Amino acid sequence: MRFLIRRIAFYVVTAWAAITMNFLIPRLMPGSPENTMLSRFQGQISKEQIDAIKAQIGVSNASLLSQYGTYWKDLLHGDLGTSVAYFPGRVSEVIGQGLWWTVVLVGVATAIGFVLGTLLGVAAAWKRGSFLDHLLPVTTFFAAVPYFWIALVALSVFGAELGWFPLSGGYRPELEVGWSGEFIASAFSHSVLPAATIVVGSIAGWLLGMRNMMLTTLSEDYVLVAEAKGLRTRRVMLGYAARNALLPNISGFAMSLGFIVSGSIVTETVFSYPGIGFMLYNAVLNNDYPLMQGLFLIITLMVLLANFVVDLCYVLLDPRIRQEAR
Amino acid sequence: MTAPATVPAPIPAPGREPLLEIRGLTVDYGEGPGAVHAVDTVDLTLHRSETLGLAGESGSGKSTLAHAVTRLLRPPGRIAAGQVLYHRKPSADGAASPPVDVMAMARNDLRAFRWEEIAIVFQSAMNALNPVHTVAVQIADTLRAHRPGISRAECRDRAAHLLTTVGVPSARLSAYPHELSGGMRQRIMIAMALALDPEILVLDEPTTALDVVVQRDVLAELVRLRQEFGFSVLFITHDLSLLLEVADRVAIMYAGRIVESAPAQDVYRTPTHPYTRGLVGSFPPLRGPRRDLAGIPGSPPDLRALPPGCAFNPRCPEAFGRCTRDIPLLRTPPASPDRLVACHLDDPKEGAGHDD
Amino acid sequence: MTAATALAAPESPSAEPAAAPAARKRRFPLLRSGKALTGMVVFGCFVLLAVIGPWIAPEDPSKTGGPVLQSPSAQHLLGTTQSGQDILSQILVGARTSMLVGLVAATFATALGVLIGVTAGYAGGWTDDILSMLTNIFLVIPALPLTIVLTGYLHGGGWFPIAVVISVTGWAFGARLLRAQTLSLRNRDYIKAARAIGERPWRIVTVELVPNLGAIIVSGFLFTFIFAILTEAGLSFLGLGSLSTWSWGVTLYWAQNSSAFTTGAWWWYVPPGLCIALVGASLSLINFGADELMNPRLASAEKKRRARRTSRKPSPTAPEASV
Repeated sequence: MRFLIRRIAFYVVTAWAAITMNFLIPRLMPGSPENTMLSRFQGQISKEQIDAIKAQIGVSNASLLSQYGTYWKDLLHGDLGTSVAYFPGRVSEVIGQGLWWTVVLVGVATAIGFVLGTLLGVAAAWKRGSFLDHLLPVTTFFAAVPYFWIALVALSVFGAELGWFPLSGGYRPELEVGWSGEFIASAFSHSVLPAATIVVGSIAGWLLGMRNMMLTTLSEDYVLVAEAKGLRTRRVMLGYAARNALLPNISGFAMSLGFIVSGSIVTETVFSYPGIGFMLYNAVLNNDYPLMQGLFLIITLMVLLANFVVDLCYVLLDPRIRQEAR
Repeated sequence: MTAPATVPAPIPAPGREPLLEIRGLTVDYGEGPGAVHAVDTVDLTLHRSETLGLAGESGSGKSTLAHAVTRLLRPPGRIAAGQVLYHRKPSADGAASPPVDVMAMARNDLRAFRWEEIAIVFQSAMNALNPVHTVAVQIADTLRAHRPGISRAECRDRAAHLLTTVGVPSARLSAYPHELSGGMRQRIMIAMALALDPEILVLDEPTTALDVVVQRDVLAELVRLRQEFGFSVLFITHDLSLLLEVADRVAIMYAGRIVESAPAQDVYRTPTHPYTRGLVGSFPPLRGPRRDLAGIPGSPPDLRALPPGCAFNPRCPEAFGRCTRDIPLLRTPPASPDRLVACHLDDPKEGAGHDD
Repeated sequence: MTAATALAAPESPSAEPAAAPAARKRRFPLLRSGKALTGMVVFGCFVLLAVIGPWIAPEDPSKTGGPVLQSPSAQHLLGTTQSGQDILSQILVGARTSMLVGLVAATFATALGVLIGVTAGYAGGWTDDILSMLTNIFLVIPALPLTIVLTGYLHGGGWFPIAVVISVTGWAFGARLLRAQTLSLRNRDYIKAARAIGERPWRIVTVELVPNLGAIIVSGFLFTFIFAILTEAGLSFLGLGSLSTWSWGVTLYWAQNSSAFTTGAWWWYVPPGLCIALVGASLSLINFGADELMNPRLASAEKKRRARRTSRKPSPTAPEASV
C-alpha cells in the first residue's frame, strides 16, 4: 500500500495547493479586475450581484483568512460562483456543459496518441537502421510544432480546401443534444480534426521517449535470453523489451499530460469546440474571472485524477511496485 | 552437497564423437579495414558428453564466441567467416544425419534450434530474468515456443519439476525475479536452460556474479545435473582454477584466438604456451605445497592495435625474433598428442634454440 | 551556411576530416554530433535574425495600405496581409520578440530551477521535502491554464510580464533534474572532502557543485526555451498576449482573425508556424546530440555507419561489454 498512499497524499497536497493558488491569484495579482468587469457589465447586473462577484475575486473588506474560509465552504458545496459572461448561470453548471466534450475528446485522442506513438517507438528501436530512422528528424520537427498550427493547417486543408470535415463547433447546431444516431454521427465528424490534431501533436513525444527506452532495454540480458530461448520475434519484442521499456515511459506521463492539456486548450479554440478549453479562452476574452478561476480549478483537478489513474496502471504493470503496494 | 574439489569423474566418460565443431570462426566488430577481430579464426570442438572449458581474460573474445555460436551477436558485432557444425544425435535406426551449419540456418530453423539443442546460462542472474514476469511465465513461454499445443497444466507440471530438480521449492514458480536471491535466480536460470533437455549447455561465467558460498553450491549443482542429464558443457570463465576442477578439456583464449587446448590435467601439470604458464602460475596450487605466485606482466591487448606476429609477444618472457613476425598457428606438439598449442617455441622447425 | 549544407556536411563520405577541424572537434565533442551541429547552425541563424531582423525588415510591419492579400512576389517576398502589411517584415521584427521571450523566460526559469533544485538536493532533510513537493506540484499542474489565468489578470505591459509568467510556470522540470543530479554529486568524495575541511556551503555550491551541473543546466535551459517560445506563441495566437508588439504568435493571431486559413492565404500562416517549429526542432536536436554523446546507445544507426566509415574503432573493451 505504501506506494499508493504516498501518491494519494501527494495528490491531496497538490489539490490543496492548486485550490489555494486559485484563491490567491486574483487577490495577489496587480491591477483591479473588478473595474474592467464593472465597466463591461455596467447596468446589466444588480448591486448585490456585483458585490457577490467582487467578493469572489477578492475585493472585500473581510480579512484574507475569513475569505479563505468562505471560499472553502463554497467550494465544498460545489459552488464556484456566478459566471459573468453566462449571467446568471452558475459557474459549475456552465463548466458541466463543456466538461464531457473535453474529457471524451482529449481522453480518446491522448489514448490513441499514446498507443500509436509507443508502437512506432517500439518499431523504430527494433528496426534501427531501417527507413524508420529517417522518421526521427521528422518526429523531432513535429514535436516542436505548436498544436494550434497543426490545427490550423488541418483546418485549412481538410476543412476549407477539401471540405471533408466541418470547420467549427462540436455538432451541427440544429441538432438536439442527445443519444440520437444523427447527433452522434455529427459529433464524431466534428471531433475528427481536433482529435487528429492532438494525436499528431502528442505522438512525437511518445515515439521518441519509447524509442530511447527501448534502445536501453534491448541491451538488457533478459532480452538476449529471450532470443536465446528461441522465442518468436513478436514475443521478444513486445513481451520482453517493450513491456519493460513501457514502465519509465508511463511514469513520465504526468509531464506529457500537462503539455497535451495545454495543447488541447488551444486546439479546442481553433475549432471552436464546445469543451472547457474553448470556454477558458472565452472567459479570458470576456473578463469572466469567476468562470476562469473555476475552469482552472477543474482542469487541474482532472489532470490530477488522470495522473492518479496512470499511477494505478503503473502499479498493475510493475510487480516491484505492486509488491510494495500490497 | 559435495564439495567440488572432491567431485568424482563425470559419468558418462567424455567421448571422442564431435557434437559441436567450430571451424574458422571469425567475429568482427565493424566492417572494412577498421574492423576489429574479436574472435579470429577459432577452431574448437566440443565432444559428446564432454565438459569443455574456455578460459581467458576479459576482452579475449570468449563471451563473444559463446554468443556467436547461437548467432546472438548484436550489431556492430557480426560473423565474418566460419562454420559452426552441429551433429545431431543418430536416429533410432542408427543412421547418422549429416551435420548442420548453424551459421547458415534459416531464421525459423535457428529459432527451433536455439534452447532445444543449445541452452545458455548467462553471467548476470540479476538481469537475465525478465523483471515483469513470474518464473512460471518465463519457463512456460520457452516450452510453448518449442512445443506448440502443450497444455497449461503440462507447462505448470514441467516447470514445477524443473524447479525441484535444481533445488528450488516449486512454490517459487509464482515469484517475480526481484523476490529471489541471486543464487536462487541462477538456479532458476539453470532450470530454464534444462527445460527442453538440450544437448549442450553453454555456461557463460555462471557463478561470477554470485558470492563465494553460493558459487560453490551452484557449481556442485551443475556437476550433479550433468551426471543426471548427460548434456555436454561449454564452460566459459576467466577463472582457470575453476575450470581445472570441473572441465575435461580446457582451451585458453588470448586476443580472440585459441592459444592452447588440452585435457585439464595436462594444462595444469604441463602448461605449454607461455600465457597458459602465466595463468597457471597466478593462482595457488590446488593441492600440494605452496609455491610462489606470479602474475603476467603487462596489460591485456588492445584489439584495435595488436602487435605484429603473436599477439602475446609484448608480454611474453620468452619472445624471440620470429614471434614479432609470424602469427603462430595451432599445432599438435610431437611430445603430447592430446594437445594443441599456438607458439613458436615448440615448433620443431624452430627447435628449442632461439635464433636471436 | 544554410541548414541543408549543415546537414550534408557530416554525411559526406570523405574518410578523414581535415586536420584543423578534427582538432576542434576533439575540444568541442558536441560538434562531432551531426544532430547537434545541425541544431546549432539553425538556431544560430534565428539568433542572428533576432538581432538584425528589425533593422533589415523592408517595411514597418504595421504599415497598411499596400496591395491586399497578395501571394509572394518580388516586391513582397512573403506576400501581404489582408490590410496590406508586409509579412516578411512581420516575421523579421517578430523574431526578436519571440526569441527574447524565450531567452528571458528560459533565463529566469533556469535561475529559479537552479536555486530550488540545487538547494533541495544539497540541503536535504525537510528543506528538500518541501522544495521537492513544490517542484512536483508545479510539474503536475498544467502550465498553460495557469499561464492563461495569470495573464488574464495582467492587462497589457508587453512581452516582458508574459516571459516572467512563463518562467513561473516552467521552472519545475529543470529543478527536478538538477535536484537528482545534485543528490548524486553531494555524495562524491570531493564534495565530502570540501565539507570535511569546513568550506562554507555557498562556496561548495558555487565552486564545486554548479560547474559540474553545467550539462544539465544547459539542457534544462534549452528545454525551457522551447517551452517559452511555444507558450508565447500560443498565448499571442489566442490574443491573450501582447498584441502591441509583433511576434510570430501575433502574426498567426491576425491570420486566424482574418480567416487566412479558410481563404487559402498560406503565405500568411505557414512562415510564422515554420519559424516556431524550426527553432523548437533545432533546440531539440542540440539536446538529442548532447544526450547521445552521454549515452551512445541512443545514437541512430546512421551515425554508427558513418563512424565505421571514418574507421573510428570501438574501444578494446567494447566487444565484451556489448555482448
